Amino acid sequence: MAICTAVVKQLQAIVGRKYVLDSREDLLCYSFDGTFAEFMPDLVVEPGSTEEVSAILKLANEHEIPIIARGMGSGLAAGTVPFGGGIVLPLNRMDAILEIDPLNMTATVEAGVITFDLQTAAECHNLFYPPDPSSIKHSTIGGNIACNAGGPRCLKYGVTGNYVMGVTAVLADGRIIKSGGKTIKNVTGYNFAQLFTGSEGTLGIITEAILKLVSKPHYVRTAVAAFDSLDDASRTVNAVLSAGIVPATMELMDETAIICIEEAMHLGLPVDKEAILIIEADGFDQDGVRHEIEAIARICQDTGASSVQVAKDEAERADLWRARRSVGPSLARRAPNKLGEDISVPRSQIPEAVRRIKEISRRLELPIVVFGHAGDGNLHPNILFDQRDPDQWDRVQRAVTEIFAAAVDLGGTLSGEHGVGTLKLPYLESDVGRISIEVQQLIKRALDPKGILNPGKALPLMEPSSHD
Amino acid sequence: MVVESPKPFPNMEVPTEDEYLYCIRCGACLYTCPTYRETVRETDSPRGRIFLARKLLDGSEEITPNLIEQMYRCLACGACNVACAVGNKPADIALQLRWLAQQVEPAGWKEVVFHKTLTRPGLMEAGTVPLRLYQLLGFRTVANALRITSLLPRQLRDMERQLPGIPARTARSQIAEVTPAMGEHRARVGFFLGCAQNLLFTEGSKATVRVLARNGNQVITPRSAQCCGMPAIGYGDWDALRAFARHNIELFEKLDVDFIVTDCATCGSSLKEYGHYLAGDPVWAERAADFSARVKDISEYLSSLELVKPAGRIKARVTYHDPCHLVRAQEVRDQPRQLLQMIEGLELVEMNEADWCCGSAGTQIITHYETSMGVLDKKMANVAATEPDYVASGCPGCQMQLTLGCKRSGIQADIVHPVQLLDRAYQDEQD
Ligand SMILES: Cc1cc2nc3c(=O)[nH]c(=O)nc-3n(C[C@H](O)[C@H](O)[C@H](O)COP(=O)(O)OP(=O)(O)OC[C@H]3O[C@@H](n4cnc5c(N)ncnc54)[C@H](O)[C@@H]3O)c2cc1C
Repeated sequence: MAICTAVVKQLQAIVGRKYVLDSREDLLCYSFDGTFAEFMPDLVVEPGSTEEVSAILKLANEHEIPIIARGMGSGLAAGTVPFGGGIVLPLNRMDAILEIDPLNMTATVEAGVITFDLQTAAECHNLFYPPDPSSIKHSTIGGNIACNAGGPRCLKYGVTGNYVMGVTAVLADGRIIKSGGKTIKNVTGYNFAQLFTGSEGTLGIITEAILKLVSKPHYVRTAVAAFDSLDDASRTVNAVLSAGIVPATMELMDETAIICIEEAMHLGLPVDKEAILIIEADGFDQDGVRHEIEAIARICQDTGASSVQVAKDEAERADLWRARRSVGPSLARRAPNKLGEDISVPRSQIPEAVRRIKEISRRLELPIVVFGHAGDGNLHPNILFDQRDPDQWDRVQRAVTEIFAAAVDLGGTLSGEHGVGTLKLPYLESDVGRISIEVQQLIKRALDPKGILNPGKALPLMEPSSHD
Repeated sequence: MVVESPKPFPNMEVPTEDEYLYCIRCGACLYTCPTYRETVRETDSPRGRIFLARKLLDGSEEITPNLIEQMYRCLACGACNVACAVGNKPADIALQLRWLAQQVEPAGWKEVVFHKTLTRPGLMEAGTVPLRLYQLLGFRTVANALRITSLLPRQLRDMERQLPGIPARTARSQIAEVTPAMGEHRARVGFFLGCAQNLLFTEGSKATVRVLARNGNQVITPRSAQCCGMPAIGYGDWDALRAFARHNIELFEKLDVDFIVTDCATCGSSLKEYGHYLAGDPVWAERAADFSARVKDISEYLSSLELVKPAGRIKARVTYHDPCHLVRAQEVRDQPRQLLQMIEGLELVEMNEADWCCGSAGTQIITHYETSMGVLDKKMANVAATEPDYVASGCPGCQMQLTLGCKRSGIQADIVHPVQLLDRAYQDEQD
C-alpha cells in the first residue's frame, strides 16, 4: 500500500519533516528485527512525545494505515517486521528517564529508554531494576513490556511484567490511556498495565511506564559449574531448587555454545565439557551469600560437576555475563542462518526437554544448540542452517514443529519471553486453544476495531468488525 | 543444495560474503555506535549499514548515492567491530563500500587531492596558513565535490575554532634529518612525520623527536614522506592509498631503520595496514608486511623501552582521550597513560568513556556537521567532569576536535599530545 501525499504532509506537520523517513535506505533499515525476516514499510515516523503518537494514530486510524511500534528491533519473533507495509513507529527518540523516586522505589520512564540505561540510573540511587534480558543494551523498556521480557535473573526476581506498575499507552484511535501508578496496591478497575504487558504492539503504543524498583543486593557471587554430561547439568537445576535454595540465576550452555563463546571471547571456559551452568547468588549479607554459593557448589559436585569455579572479582564476573549475553550472536559463524527458539517448561521437566531437543537434532540432522535460563524452565534451542537450501529449510520447519510439540507435551509453552510475533503464529492454537484465541480477538477488536496496530502479529488476523 | 545467484560488481574489489552474510541483526552494536546514539536511527547504525551492504552486494539493491552516503555517515571509529560477537566488522564494510563506489564511478576531486596535492608535501607547505589547512584536509575540494556550497555560518566559525595556534614554520623545516641519540645508543628509528603534525602540530612532533633522542634513539626524519593514506581510505580511494604506501615503503626501506615510529594515531593505524592493503600484490605484499610490522605508535614504542625517568615535575590534572585510531585500530590503550604517569606531580584523571569517539573522523565537521557536533558535545561533558588542566590525546584530528570542544563548552584546558608533557618534564630537569 502506498500512503498518499496528503497524509505524509500531515505526518510531517505532526512530528517535523526530518522525522518522517521515506528514502529507500531508511525503509530498508526498518524492514527487519533480530530475526531473518524482512519486509519493507511504506514510511517510518519517529515521534517525540505521547501527544505526537496520539496525533499519528488518530490519522492512521482514520486512513486505516497499519502502525508497527518498534523499540531497538532486537525482537526474536519478527514482531516489528511490517509484513503488509504501513508505518513503522520507532519510539527511540522518547528516551527520557523522567524520574527515579527513591522513597516509593519507582522509576518513571519513556518507552524508548534503553533497559541498561534505566538499570544504571537506578543503581546511582542504590536501587535495582532486576529484569535483565541478554539484550539489555539493545532493547527498550517499551519493547520489554510489549514482549514481557525475561532474562537470567527471572528465576529469583520475576519477569518485566512483575515490575510494571503503570503504563501510559495510546490507543488505536489516538486516545491516551493511563493506568496504574506508584501505589503498591491498586484494584480500582481492570489492570490495564498488565493487559499491555506482552501485547506485542497489538493493543496500543506504550509511551511511558512506571516501574517498580527494589533494593540493590550488596553482595553477589557467581560460579561456573562444568559437567561431562549435559543431562547431569540439567538435573542439577532441580537438585539446587529442591534443596530450598533460590539463586538469582542458573544459566545452562551446551558444548557448542561453550566452544563458540570461547572462540569469540577467550575467557578460559572449559571447551571439553558437555555443559556448564552459570549460577549466581546475591543478597544483603556477605556470609549468607557465601554460604549459599558454597552449598550450591556442593550440590553441583554431588550431581556430577567435574569442577566448580567461583569468579574471583567483579571483572571476572562481568566477563562471564558478557560472555553469556553473547552466546546467541557467537553461534552465528556456524551457519548463515540461525533460528533461536524460546520454549518454556515447568522446571522439573528441564532434563526431559533437553533430551528431546537433542533427539530431534540428531534425527533431523540439524545442529541445535541448547542454552538458556534453565533455572526458570526457559530454554533457547538454536537451530543452525542455511535458508538458501530448500531441503534444510524444510527440516528446520519440522524441527520447530517438533520442539513446540515437545514443550506443550511437557506442560510448557511455545515462548517464555520472546513473544509470538509472526514466527510462532502458526503454532499458537496448538498451545493456547481456540477459545483463548477468540477471546483475545474480542479484546483486540474492542481496543483496535480497525485492526491497524501491528496487524497479523501475536494473533491471527480477523475480519474487520461489522459496525465500521 | 544452495543455489547461488550471480553477484554484481564482477572484477571489482568488494567485501567477501564472509564479511557480511553472518550478521544476525541482534543489534548488539547499536549501543556502541556514536552516530546511532546521536540520532537513534537504525540507518545510522552498524547493523543498518551492514544490512544495506548485504543488499547491495547480493544484487538486490542498486548502488545509489544515498546508499553510499550512509557509508560516509559512519565515523569509522571501529567500536562496532569490537562489540560484534559474530566477528563482523561493520565499520570496515562501510569503508570498503566507499572504495566500491569509487571503483564504479571515480570522483574527479579525489584525483586533485590525493594524487596531486598530498603526494607533494612541498606544495602543501608553500601555501598560506589557512590555505594549508584546507589543502591538507582537502576541505574546500571536498565541500565543493559534495556540493556543500554554503557552509553554515556556525559551521565555518567552528572550523576556525578547530585550529590550534598555527605555527609559522612546518615541523619538517625544524626537525633535522638525522637527530643523534643521547646517552647509550639503543636503536635507529625512522620518524614518520604525518601531514597534520608537520603543518599544525609542529610542537608535538618536535617533542617526539627530543624524547626519542633523550632515550637513546637515533632519529631519522626523511624529507620526502608522503601522506599515510588515511584520508584516501576515508574517501574510498584505495588506488591513491596504495600509491602512497609503495612510496613510503620504498623510502623507509632505504633508511635501514629498526622501527618506524609515528606520533599520529591516524598515520600509525594506516601504516600498520599497508601489509593488509597490499596483500594481493605479488611485488609488494612481503615488503609491505615487513614495513607494517616495524611501525609503532610513539607511546607504544616508548613503553617498550626502559625510559629515563624525567626529573621535572608538572603539577596538573590531566585527562586522556583515547583516539579511535589508537585504542581500537592499534589496541594501544595503556601505554600513553603509562607515559603520563611517569611524570612527577601529574594527576591522571580518567574520564567516563575515554575511548568514545570525539566525532572528528577527519572531515565530518564539513560533511556531517550536526552529528559530529552532537558526538563532540557528549565527549566534552565527560571531559568537563574531570576538571582537567590538560586534555592529552595522541591524534591531531582528535586534538583539533577537542580544541573546538573546549571552546564550545567553555572548558579552560590545554590540548596536548601526551609526549609533549613527557618532553616538558625532561626539559624542566635541564633548567
Ligand atoms: C542477542 C539477543 C538476546 C536476547 N535475550 C533476551 C532475553 O534474555 N530475554 C528476553 O526476554 N528477550 C531476549 N531477546 C529478545 C528481545 O531483545 C526482547 O524481546 C526485547 O524485549 C525486545 O525489545 P526491543 O526494544 O528491541 O523491541 P522490538 O524488537 O523493537 O519490538 C518487539 C515487539 O514489541 C513491540 N513494541 C516495541 N516497542 C513498543 C511500544 N513502545 N509499545 C508497544 N509495542 C511495542 C513491537 O511492535 C514488537 O512486536 C534477545 C534478543 C537478542 C537479539
